[in-house]
Amino acid sequence: MSAFRWLAERWVMGVALLVLGYLALPVLVVAALSFNRPSNRLSYDFAEFTLDNWRQPCATPEMCDAVLRSVQIGFVSTVVSTVLGTLMAFALVRHRFAGRSGTNLLVFLPMATPELVMGTSLLALFVSAGVPQGFWTVVVAHVMFCLSFVVVTVRARLAGMDRRLEEAAADLYAGPWQAFRLVTLPLVLPGIVAAALLAFSLSFDDFIVTNFNSGTTVTFPMYVWGAAQRGIPPQVNVVGTAMFAIALLLVLLTSVRKGTLLTHSVEEGPPVNNT
Amino acid sequence: MNGMVNESPGGDLRLDGLTKRFGRITAVDGLDLTVAQGSFFALLGPSGCGKTTTLRAVAGLEEPTSGRVLLGDRDITRLRPHRRPVNTVFQSYALFPHLNVHENVAFGLRRRGIRSVDAEVARMLALVRLDGFGPRRPAQLSGGQQQRVALARALINQPQVLLLDEPLGALDLKLRRQMQVELKRLQIEVGTTFVQVTHDQEEAMTMADTVAVMNAGRIEQLGGPADIYEYPATAFVANFLGQSNLLAAEAAGPAGSEVPVTAHGARFSVPADRARADRGAVHLGVRPEKLHLAGTDAGLPAGHQHVAGVVTDASYVGVSTQYLVRTAWGGELSAFVANSGLGGQLPIGASVVAHWDPRHAFLLPREPGHGDRAAGRLDAPVGAAP
Amino acid sequence: MTARGRHRLLPYLLLLPGVAWLLLFFAVPLLQLAAASLYDPGGSLSTGYAMTWAFGNYPDALRAYWPQFARSFMYAGAALALALLMGYPLAYAIARKAGRWKNLLLVAVVAPMFTSFLVRTLAWKTILSDNGWLVGLLRDVHLLGPDGRLLATPVSVVLGLTYNFLPFLVLPLYASLERLDPRLLEAAGDLYASPAQTFRRVTLPLSRPGLVAGTLLFFIPATGDYINAELLGTPNEYMIGNVIDSAFLVRLDYPQGAALSFLLMAAILAAVFGYLRRADPSQGVL
Repeated sequence: MSAFRWLAERWVMGVALLVLGYLALPVLVVAALSFNRPSNRLSYDFAEFTLDNWRQPCATPEMCDAVLRSVQIGFVSTVVSTVLGTLMAFALVRHRFAGRSGTNLLVFLPMATPELVMGTSLLALFVSAGVPQGFWTVVVAHVMFCLSFVVVTVRARLAGMDRRLEEAAADLYAGPWQAFRLVTLPLVLPGIVAAALLAFSLSFDDFIVTNFNSGTTVTFPMYVWGAAQRGIPPQVNVVGTAMFAIALLLVLLTSVRKGTLLTHSVEEGPPVNNT
Repeated sequence: MNGMVNESPGGDLRLDGLTKRFGRITAVDGLDLTVAQGSFFALLGPSGCGKTTTLRAVAGLEEPTSGRVLLGDRDITRLRPHRRPVNTVFQSYALFPHLNVHENVAFGLRRRGIRSVDAEVARMLALVRLDGFGPRRPAQLSGGQQQRVALARALINQPQVLLLDEPLGALDLKLRRQMQVELKRLQIEVGTTFVQVTHDQEEAMTMADTVAVMNAGRIEQLGGPADIYEYPATAFVANFLGQSNLLAAEAAGPAGSEVPVTAHGARFSVPADRARADRGAVHLGVRPEKLHLAGTDAGLPAGHQHVAGVVTDASYVGVSTQYLVRTAWGGELSAFVANSGLGGQLPIGASVVAHWDPRHAFLLPREPGHGDRAAGRLDAPVGAAP
Repeated sequence: MTARGRHRLLPYLLLLPGVAWLLLFFAVPLLQLAAASLYDPGGSLSTGYAMTWAFGNYPDALRAYWPQFARSFMYAGAALALALLMGYPLAYAIARKAGRWKNLLLVAVVAPMFTSFLVRTLAWKTILSDNGWLVGLLRDVHLLGPDGRLLATPVSVVLGLTYNFLPFLVLPLYASLERLDPRLLEAAGDLYASPAQTFRRVTLPLSRPGLVAGTLLFFIPATGDYINAELLGTPNEYMIGNVIDSAFLVRLDYPQGAALSFLLMAAILAAVFGYLRRADPSQGVL
């Protein structure tokens, strides 16, 4: 009976750990392959251990160019979409105005539209308008689909913020600009940073929309796609592993710094608006 | 900063025809009010009565639809909140979660360009008995400690008026009692005008010098806690501040120093100086603790008036026992009998005579058609039409 | 007065750049695509297209590619079923069983997405490869025949789809399970519900908002995906995305590609609205 109960209480966790394993497996494989010396160009199997790929990540210069291009596009798209999206989020949370629900719909729709449709429709627009495709058309496209995610992320943070904090600032002699700078901004900033990181990763990783609008510009996903036909240099796995490691490190560092990596089982103090 | 006039001699806070409408809803309806400098003033009323809106209009967080807010001779109606010599202790405190206690308290001083704030902050923290709590974050404090930080954060600015929005609402009962005393002590110590908004009658009565009872955007009665309690102005006040037995009665004008009334076929009278109305439809009011119960009508104290009835319910609450007495006409009266003697309790079904000293009774105007209002029904909608 | 007037204009000023961007690069292109889907199919990119209101493009496209259409929905549906079977226990365990490890497990769900989508998908090529340990194992236990393979089959495509979009299902599901008041579960137990009944009568209905959101976030991109079919499958596993991709980028048949895109969007919208209507909480259990 006790064994049965033990199992009954833990099988969900068991299944969960198996699923987490399923999610982690390809990442481990990518990490392993980054130390692989493949037997031939088209092989995806592990052949021989080597550190060469990490020593010479740019052995295939086209790949490093593509990574650089992706970083540039990601950076510009992130800055533009974060600024525009944050402004929109402020308008949507802090103001009642005619056309608010229409705006909400316009923000929601891109998230519910298949990327394929967004990609092809932008292609149709650029072609019919005679716009040559390249770096900037990709940026335009990326800002477009990142925008909604930025709005949603910042809006959630802003909506969760107690309006009385700003009133308290005004009550304590802070003018509108000071109240914004000293109270609103610091409290919303984590949301804006999260939105920017999300935008960057969406942009950096996008293939489908980019594929239709890049012209001859090659981003990292475009490069991998093309190389998949011809044979993938193992350095691709170095980039994948490095991205994973950097992102994971960022997440772990911030949560360790804020002490939120391990949730406290007993909440200390009363539930106040935590940062 | 230059715009701040903190050194001016201040003066009374005056509201002059203050009105605030939200769309078609009138939250505050032509309020006229004077709060004397240095007094502890309470705006008491049920939720939605407009008391918080009034407070926010004084703070500058809500722009009145019409009317004026005056501080001494100064019209501050259109002054932005950060330019008013008024500070607020917000409901649930609104402490800045990203700043520590020290920076929270120093916030107002820094905004006014004061550089060296440390000594003043330390002095304020000592005043609210939070010495050494400066480096902590608000989330690390208990509710009572947060309350005191909010108080220090407002008081450090030496406002002419301190506004408190349900300051003790988030605290548990015991802490609330403690803080009531503490707040009163602080108010006397700093001598600032305190205007407090609360829906808790006990809180208003223990702390405030003057209480304004608000209902539906208007002030129903203004005065000292005891004056209001002993001689309420309206049926709403009679049942919002404590409880009252209100009998539907008819009056036909004063006769000498008395106002005779008829209620349910019986004749009573009330001293003329305790009649808010003396003609037509009136309520005859008696507080439950002023209603005494006796076995028979023989040997009642001289001058007492009485009604016969049957005990239908008895709740023992320690200091007193609360009885419900059903009268011959089917109404129910509530009577609180102090458990001061050795006598046992009256059994349910006992025939009793409820009697009172007419000097404790009062007459209030009654809308024709409104019947009795029994006390003892805390959940009954008070002030609303039946 | 001027301050007030400015205040009323402020939201529009804040919205202007973002809304303009979305209108110009999301809404207008959709109209452009709609127009392109009605162009004369006889035209070409070099000679130009004439608007002939060629509604025939739609039935033509459907006739030519209905197997890929059907396959898209079948694969996405199968992947969704698998993802629900895996994702619900995972979300439930993180939300209700993980205790202080909650945030760490959440990181473990999101972290794989930090590796590039394409690189991760290619990793499945290694895992599922004919010489890999997985295929070897399955052959040894006779789940696969001696020549049986996983790669380049519908199985690998469905597995890839499941894998790539699983976090999108898990995260909203987790959010709604996490909000669930544990006292409700205790109350159900107090009222004689067995754990299984508590799950069916309380947990499942209350997690429905997350379930609906997660299902949509999974299903929409999975149906429109063609990377998994391309990298893990063969032309026999091609989904409609592969066809649209080649119509626009290889065959340069814009009217047909546009028509197929619109058909895909219409089909997804129909499926989504049909599903939302059925999932409406007022309509009872899922």
